[in-house]
Amino acid sequence: MSENNEIEVMQSVYDKNDEIAAKINTSLTEKGIFAINVMGAPGAGKTSTLIKIIERLKDITPYVIEGDIEADIDTKTLQALGVKTIQINTNGACHLDSPLIGEAVETLNIENGVLFIENIGNLVCPAEFQIGEHVKMLISTVTEGSDKPYKYPLAFEKANSIIINKCDLLPYVDFDEEYFMKGVRALNKTAPVFKISSKTGEGVEEVVSWIKQNVK
Amino acid sequence: MHEYPITKRIIEISEKFAKENHAQEVKQINLVVGEYSGYVASSIELYFEIIAEDSICKNASLHIERVKPKLKCDSCGKLFERKPFSFECPYCRGEGRPTEIGQEFYIKSIEV
Ligand SMILES: [Zn+2]
Repeated sequence: MSENNEIEVMQSVYDKNDEIAAKINTSLTEKGIFAINVMGAPGAGKTSTLIKIIERLKDITPYVIEGDIEADIDTKTLQALGVKTIQINTNGACHLDSPLIGEAVETLNIENGVLFIENIGNLVCPAEFQIGEHVKMLISTVTEGSDKPYKYPLAFEKANSIIINKCDLLPYVDFDEEYFMKGVRALNKTAPVFKISSKTGEGVEEVVSWIKQNVK
Repeated sequence: MHEYPITKRIIEISEKFAKENHAQEVKQINLVVGEYSGYVASSIELYFEIIAEDSICKNASLHIERVKPKLKCDSCGKLFERKPFSFECPYCRGEGRPTEIGQEFYIKSIEV
């Protein structure tokens, strides 16, 4: 009587998110938009790096979706620079997901250019969710320390490019680049790694070249 | 934090499969959660009771099979569990790279 009847399901719990992400990706591609999911810890300099990149994009139109838990400081900064930016507040959630991005993309009404999606400052959850992006760009910093690939492996594994920011501070911090790169390469054989300073703009030109290669 | 919406999705999928099979009640949900998937199995268990209350899953027990992440050695090809702060292969001291093992997150089956 109490015998259970087992029904095979074998269904990923991510399915709904991934389905929407795939639709967003197709629609962005059709509109000529190349989308970059920008990941990094709080204070890694995601917004200031974006500003330095955008200043150098020249003939490519930039758009930004700013993910934030509750503030809109970064959005105001970008809008003041004339960048078409939309704010998403997750009200406590630790990452952006594809339903949120789907809505934002519709509201933004964009065409031909690069869309930067600044994810929530967090090295864990943003790496787990597809949001319709073409590539993931991870921003790590010399001030966070060289053990980050070992502590947050998924973010480094999923990244299509890795930026080491705040390199102007290298003389003042103990950042073991060899150890850092050993961890990065164990997880990710192919992602280019760029050393930059979002304060001085040093090294940003190479990131821009990488973006331009991808846009074509 | 994000276990709440995902637990809701687990219940939705289970309900759908139960209804397709004309079942009145879900007795058990068999879930596979990789420890590298970012989901905390115990949080899912916590939310499950609250969210399942109004569904045909309300009496269901949640059976979670946890999967330990494995790396694959580039040199000898063996699978191994990673030691903290290292990717080194315990067999040949080569270097391991991530595999899909440990990233699973799916409903294997339901029992009705
Ligand atoms: Zn080996």
